[in-house]
Amino acid sequence: MLRYIFTRIVTMIPTLLLISALVFIIIELPPGDYFESYVAELRSMGESADLEEIEILKERYGFDQPLYKRYFHWLGGLMVGDFGYSFEYRLPVNEVVGERLWLTILVSVVTIIFTWMVAFPIGIYSATHQYSWGDYGLSFLGMIGIAVPNFILALVMMYFANIWFGTSIGHLMDREYLNQPLSWDKFVSILEHLWIPVLIIGTAGTAGMVRRLRANLLDELKKQYVVTARAKGMAPGKLLRKYPLRMALNFFVSDIGSILPAVISGAEVTAIVLSLETTGPMLIKALQSQDMYLAGSFLMFLAFLTVIGVLVSDIALALLDPRIRFGAGRGE
Amino acid sequence: MNSPLPPPGAPLEHYVSGAPYDPNDVEADNKHVGPVANASQMRLMWWYFRQHRVAVFSGVIILVMYLSILICEFLAPYNLHTRNTEFIYAPPASVHFFRDGEFVGPYTYGQKMTLDMTNLKREYSDIPGDVQPIRFFCRGDSYKFWNIFESDVHLVCPAEGGHLFLFGTDRLGRDVLSRTIYGARISLTIGILGVTMSFILGIIIGGIAGYRGGLFDMIVQRITEVLQSIPSIPLWMALATIIPLTWSPLLVYVGITVILGLLDWTGLARAVRSKLLSLREEDYVVAAQLLGANGGRVIRKHMVPGFMSHLIASATLTVPGMILGETALSFLGIGLRPPITSWGILLTEAQSISIIALYPWLLLPVVPVIVVILAFNFLGDGLRDAADPYK
Repeated sequence: MLRYIFTRIVTMIPTLLLISALVFIIIELPPGDYFESYVAELRSMGESADLEEIEILKERYGFDQPLYKRYFHWLGGLMVGDFGYSFEYRLPVNEVVGERLWLTILVSVVTIIFTWMVAFPIGIYSATHQYSWGDYGLSFLGMIGIAVPNFILALVMMYFANIWFGTSIGHLMDREYLNQPLSWDKFVSILEHLWIPVLIIGTAGTAGMVRRLRANLLDELKKQYVVTARAKGMAPGKLLRKYPLRMALNFFVSDIGSILPAVISGAEVTAIVLSLETTGPMLIKALQSQDMYLAGSFLMFLAFLTVIGVLVSDIALALLDPRIRFGAGRGE
Repeated sequence: MNSPLPPPGAPLEHYVSGAPYDPNDVEADNKHVGPVANASQMRLMWWYFRQHRVAVFSGVIILVMYLSILICEFLAPYNLHTRNTEFIYAPPASVHFFRDGEFVGPYTYGQKMTLDMTNLKREYSDIPGDVQPIRFFCRGDSYKFWNIFESDVHLVCPAEGGHLFLFGTDRLGRDVLSRTIYGARISLTIGILGVTMSFILGIIIGGIAGYRGGLFDMIVQRITEVLQSIPSIPLWMALATIIPLTWSPLLVYVGITVILGLLDWTGLARAVRSKLLSLREEDYVVAAQLLGANGGRVIRKHMVPGFMSHLIASATLTVPGMILGETALSFLGIGLRPPITSWGILLTEAQSISIIALYPWLLLPVVPVIVVILAFNFLGDGLRDAADPYK
């Protein structure tokens, strides 16, 4: 088992290196850099730019050096937890980002737990009651969840929450807790605000998972061992619990690899609409102002989150299923 | 010396059947088993597909929508940029059919605007006596059809001197329904163009990786893994901000399509690769190779027909993601830019909660988005079920 985890972590390294190279290329692609747009903006407002300070910054971050040198410089920083310098905020990226990363993780993890809790019973019901009205109704509801864009759902829910509960549901916590250290009250406030984004982001993922779980369980239910057990007179509930459900559980754990990128994508858009204190709104601003280290760190972080998520699901799967532990991994 | 083999060195006796060759021999044998056994693969797939009623219905809806983008000048009651300055934020008109208990055909009432001075909201009310019958196949705004010839014929127009805003109007007094019909042109083509691109890339890259294997396969595998582990929307956002602000809206449209297509091929390439890997071991492929067919011919003639239907089904299922992606990017202000009008651009009008409270009809362009995405999903499901008729 330890060996499996070890090889799995080792194969992760080239992937992460490639991702970092890709991210670096993407944030380097726009013509010009932050300083050029900054100077142009200052000039247009009739102010003179402090060219000296900019020169110092440029030199410090090696803007006069070739691309690959800067890449290795950035990569080296990443390894020791130094994400670079945000030009817009005039602060190290670590300080700008602050708790946003943790809140992004919190929102994603809670969304996935929500997705599981909703998708599992619905998937089982749909598969065991195939072609019933309940199955059709739930499937249709799920399709609607896939089809409605997240941002529209966010807007509409914001509106109705305002009318019904009289609360403003933007942001992830009450105003007085912004930039405060974590305390019990702040935690409670975050929990109070968390359910709306989780509900919005979770809809599409839940619907997709129900669909796949249903198809998987249906395949399992058609197998001969199920027919045999039923022919021998095993109670349907017990049969379901003992065999097909356990098989479906495998798939359930491995599916995290496919819903995690979708959850994070949805979380970004929803966060921008609801102005949550996660990475979304800051990422889009950083991208637009070419604040390259900030944007790069966010992209890198989101990709890292996905890779880690898949790793965790792989390890959990190996714990659940001895065939994977001893076989060649997730052979598909 | 009764061995069946000739002595070493002597030529092998070559047996040739004297009977005339009849290519229909096998088919003639099958006569008694009925139409199913003789049906071609396409026909079997069609039979399977036809059974999936919802999928067929969805296919028809999609077909109608794509045909309608060819003639949206004719379908839309107004032009894309026609402004009605005296009707700003007018609500959707209600269509009536009966007047004094008698059927008179569809008509609307003329509307009168009053400004509510307490909250500065425009209030529209029907003028009871002002009946405006809706006209069909009539003359309205003139347009240049496909930029080729002038015309002014529309499917539906308001009464002479009247107005007809079935979806209401926006902040410039433009008809939301007409803009939604025009927006389909951009939103629907972006999905198809993007998928076509990722389809071609997926087949070529996945095909080479699956058939050749080796180093190329390894590299492709890594790239696929990398692209799939970066969440798509942030990646699209990053690439969309690369598009320079100085580009013309049409170039931006091309750019967004390329971005959507460039990042989406990984799923298809993976499907092609795994299918090729399993098909490569099939007996008929080995037979073709032993008979001397070269690599290209084996892929084109023997392997592609084996998985093409699967590919088309999975490509259909990726179209909704692209349409949603364009909508989200445009909504966030980093996708398409006016004057190009897509459904995402239309929805940017409804960006704040106060707009939804005051003018909820600006959200109506989301209806075709939902319909198209549902239809593509159902169609894709049906195609996937029908893709392998020999199960």
